[in-house]
Amino acid sequence: MPEREEEPRDQVVLEVRDLHVEVEGREILHGVDLMIKCGETHVLFGPNGSGKTTLLMAIMGFPRYRVTRGRIIFAGEDITGLDPHLRAQRGIGIMFQRPPTIRGLALRDMVRLCAGGEIDLSAMAEEINLVDFLDRDVNYGFSGGEIKRSELLQLLAQDPRLVLLDEPESGVDMENLQLVGRAIRKLLQKDRRRTRTKCGLIITHTGYILDYVEADTGHVMCDGRIVCSGNPREQLEGIRKFGFEECARCTR
Amino acid sequence: MASPEDRIRELKERAMRAAGKPAPYGPDIDLSQYSCTPQECAYAEELSDIRDVDPEELARSGVDITGKGRSGSFVQLDNTIVHRRALEKGVEILGTTEALRKYDWAWEYFWNVVQVDADKYTADVELNGYEGYFIRALPGSRTVYPLQACLYIRSPRLVQRVHNIIIAEENSELHIITGCASDHRVDMALHLGVSEFYVKRNAKITFTMIHNWVPGMDVRPRSGAVVEEGGVFLSNYIVMEPVRSLQLYPTARLVGEGAVARFNSVLVARPGVEMDVGSRVVLSAPRCSAEVVSRAITLGGSIVARGHLRGEAEEVKAHLECRGLILEEGGGMLAIPELEATVPNVDMSHEAAVGKIAQEEIEYLMARGLSEEEATATIVRGFLNVRIEGLPPVLEREIQRMMEISQRSAL
Repeated sequence: MPEREEEPRDQVVLEVRDLHVEVEGREILHGVDLMIKCGETHVLFGPNGSGKTTLLMAIMGFPRYRVTRGRIIFAGEDITGLDPHLRAQRGIGIMFQRPPTIRGLALRDMVRLCAGGEIDLSAMAEEINLVDFLDRDVNYGFSGGEIKRSELLQLLAQDPRLVLLDEPESGVDMENLQLVGRAIRKLLQKDRRRTRTKCGLIITHTGYILDYVEADTGHVMCDGRIVCSGNPREQLEGIRKFGFEECARCTR
Repeated sequence: MASPEDRIRELKERAMRAAGKPAPYGPDIDLSQYSCTPQECAYAEELSDIRDVDPEELARSGVDITGKGRSGSFVQLDNTIVHRRALEKGVEILGTTEALRKYDWAWEYFWNVVQVDADKYTADVELNGYEGYFIRALPGSRTVYPLQACLYIRSPRLVQRVHNIIIAEENSELHIITGCASDHRVDMALHLGVSEFYVKRNAKITFTMIHNWVPGMDVRPRSGAVVEEGGVFLSNYIVMEPVRSLQLYPTARLVGEGAVARFNSVLVARPGVEMDVGSRVVLSAPRCSAEVVSRAITLGGSIVARGHLRGEAEEVKAHLECRGLILEEGGGMLAIPELEATVPNVDMSHEAAVGKIAQEEIEYLMARGLSEEEATATIVRGFLNVRIEGLPPVLEREIQRMMEISQRSAL
């Protein structure tokens, strides 16, 4: 999507309205509302099984995650019924937590597919320290940190308007965390302020990623709903002190 | 040692006894239904002067008609050699019968690695006469470019009998690309191809064979290799076009310390196609290693993918990998990997997998902007993309190019 400098900062890029999602016949999301404006980064907290990943998967449009009610609107267009590749083409990108291996497809070719056009592949790979991996099969024998970097390299090539990140820090050691953080900052144009157009929705368990990537809003998910939205650092502090039970209780 | 005359007599006798012996695998073929007397074809000094076949057909079988980027060429139409020429020093290309006339030692290389009485097809080749190529890399020679060979069938109801001898003398390196094809008008024909490879001390042969047959063809290659100390034999076999039945089970025998063999097969079977393709390596000397990899896709045809590794010496290392994708119903896939060892200190393993394309792989690519069809095609291309270690870059690019051509027409 071409960047337009004059885009108003309050333009809504993603709007999720009353979203209900079923996985294998069981409802996981029971009405989620979420709004991300131009240039904003949001984080999602929540215990395991609260529906965070399901929300990301539903926004990307994977068929296993069936929307039974509600709508997903991206850049003014209702995309609720679109296939994932059409969403990707419109500017949504996702980082997989456990991506599959694709044998015989070199990372180099995968990144080119993501870009869909000309890119300076070697410079990009250099920056994320994956030059030696370009000729290996995508994700084949990659360590946790390498998978994250490979995912980010693909996303940098795709350059989506909205980036969905599922626990970008999990399984990453301190050294890699620096690289991962830097790449996410780049994806989300964190070095800009007024002209920032990229948006992010990041699932984080530990909150470590907040040390590298500033977030505008945080949401706590419990049992398929967003139960609290606000300052992500305050939320994280609360969760660290009192756990998620307290979060859930505070809505009652 | 027996005299040549005794040897020839013995071979004929053994062949006659095996004339009715069916092969252990693959549908049995009634040899009496083939009745064609092959037409004579004119010999051409230049590749571009070959008259009796459409140049585009030659190109389809992988032959570069300009001869560019090749160290030599060999073309056989039906049972007649129409062109053979080596362009680089250190490598020799002859017809097999010509080689027998030219060198009094040549006969020692016939029916050693492949047994004349293996089955009725080997017997038929011996009893009814053959042509083929005799390719020899002289000691220490290293050709940069591959040699190309084409075996082409233009007459219906023909039995094409081929006997190839490939010798890499000590410390030499030889790369061969062979394309086998038949005219679209051939409704029925049989290809019998015996190939015997001799990889001497510290020599290396890479052999790439691409088959582009037509639906009425039955094909029975009979290949074997013997690899001496420090030698390397790499074989790549690609068949994506239809054929009625295809059965082969080449064997490489590693007889010298540290010898290496690697077989890669890429098979695509459309409806009506029956394939039974295996590779076998016998590791008889210490520290030999082998790898057998097959990738098979059925689009409705039936495929048996075999592999057999036999470790007979200390510290050998070998791996076998059979992977199959079922993209369409109607045929089926049977993977039969076998491991056998006669001494304790060996490292041998196998993996076999048969199934459909994983949905999560398709979705992964879709999330990157590819449609479902594009994602599937990308995964299939990757599946068939067996990376072949140890090939010179020129050859690797050429094989890649040929694979892409075959894939475009096959899938």
